[in-house]
Amino acid sequence: MLEVQGLRKVYDGHGRRVEAIADLTFTVGGGEFACVVGPSGCGKTTLLRCIAGLLPPTSGQVRVAGEPIAVVFQEYGRSLFPWLRVAQNVELPLKAAKMPRAQRQRQVDEALAAVGLADAHDAYPWQLSGGMQQRVAIARAIAYGPSVLLMDEPFAAVDAQTRADLEDLIRSVWQRLGVTLLFVTHDIDESVYLGQRVIVLSSAPTRVVENIVIDLPGERDQLTTRADPRFAELRARIYAHIKKLPSQRAEHGSTHDLSR
Amino acid sequence: MTLARRIVTLLGLPVVLVATWWFLSAGSTDFYRPSLQRIVTAFQQTWFSERLVVDVLPSVARLAVGYLIALVIGIALGMMIGANRWLRALCEPVLEFLRAIPPPVLVPIIMLVAGIGNTTKVIVIVSGCVWPVLLNTVEGVRGVDEVLADTCRSYRITGLNRWRHLVLRSASPQIVTGARQGLSVGIILMVISELFAASSGLGFTIVQFQRGFQIPEMWSGVLVLGLIGVVLAQLFTIAERRILAWYHGIRSSQREW
Repeated sequence: MLEVQGLRKVYDGHGRRVEAIADLTFTVGGGEFACVVGPSGCGKTTLLRCIAGLLPPTSGQVRVAGEPIAVVFQEYGRSLFPWLRVAQNVELPLKAAKMPRAQRQRQVDEALAAVGLADAHDAYPWQLSGGMQQRVAIARAIAYGPSVLLMDEPFAAVDAQTRADLEDLIRSVWQRLGVTLLFVTHDIDESVYLGQRVIVLSSAPTRVVENIVIDLPGERDQLTTRADPRFAELRARIYAHIKKLPSQRAEHGSTHDLSR
Repeated sequence: MTLARRIVTLLGLPVVLVATWWFLSAGSTDFYRPSLQRIVTAFQQTWFSERLVVDVLPSVARLAVGYLIALVIGIALGMMIGANRWLRALCEPVLEFLRAIPPPVLVPIIMLVAGIGNTTKVIVIVSGCVWPVLLNTVEGVRGVDEVLADTCRSYRITGLNRWRHLVLRSASPQIVTGARQGLSVGIILMVISELFAASSGLGFTIVQFQRGFQIPEMWSGVLVLGLIGVVLAQLFTIAERRILAWYHGIRSSQREW
């Protein structure tokens, strides 16, 4: 379970105060798949970094029941170690956690098989396509055995077909592992297709606008689900929310950059 | 490239240069510029003898020891300084000062402290080689990718694992650049360290020949230095290919796209 309570983040720097996150409170239940959408520059990445413990919040709390947390970053090319082979990349966090070799080996094999890369153990990440690199990052997260999985716009930089494949992959992984999954995206369709619930954020300073339960059937399919009238309704509802928000992009667009 | 073409590319220019030298200097009567033929004869007589063991090997051994010490010190200090902003600000002026001092002027001072034995010569080599390694390591460590650093933090790759798998490897292309510069500095200092209060060594021998007007022998010593440089550069390239295989792989895969 993941609980975010009264989270607030203010960046202070270069004589400028930017309130990236005003006040966020939400809960993701154990084993739930929740998506976070919002207009660009709304502090989605900041939120995720606060939850992952990479950034201290200005105030408020993040409570995570169960350990560990795994993160899949948007920049797959920069989040894999280019000097390690695929299997070594997946293995490194387990090595750091001092897991015995035999168990490590087994978890690496399983995780790579789960993402369809059973025969890529010995490749270097940069020898793979973008989509395959992101699969390696997902395999690394799975192998880590997390109780909470955080994903920061993981498919934003891959082409449409690969993206569809990866969406289905992540749903099957989630169903198999039963992890609590928080998936940040700016793509409304993706959020409706993937999650059980969509948390819609306002533009910065960020608040929760609405919590929408996605009551689509559990078995989803790129063709039938996206053609479902209910899909269109949910999509329109979220779209209306985001459209209604005053556009503050020009003013706050840099909050995202400030966080790195 | 076929093997034949590779050999031609590798040896073509040296062969042409040597041949040119050979024919231009043939029959030379100039005392200071003997014919290459005489130099080669002197080379055989001078270096295919016990001199190889008495003079060349000790020089090369001192270079190896000094260079390795400089690598260890340079990389270790460089990683510490590069990873800590405060330490970096503190050390920068001192490093700039120390780097600007040419090591040869330090030889007499080091000699006062460390005597006239091997220690002084090794220290001289270290004092010159360490700077390019150190400064390049600092830069390399500063350039660690932030996403990769975040990845390490979120997967709790900390402490020694982080140094080994993230910091050292991220900085390795720049460390190798520094090490390559350090190597050529080291060869120069190997010779210079033997010019003062020495009784053996390659540099010492070359200067002895010069003072004794054994000009072909002196030239042959210069050739030995050049050949040592070539061999060391080759060894370095072999090591680099192993260490930076990933780096060259990325670069060539990017060229393909």
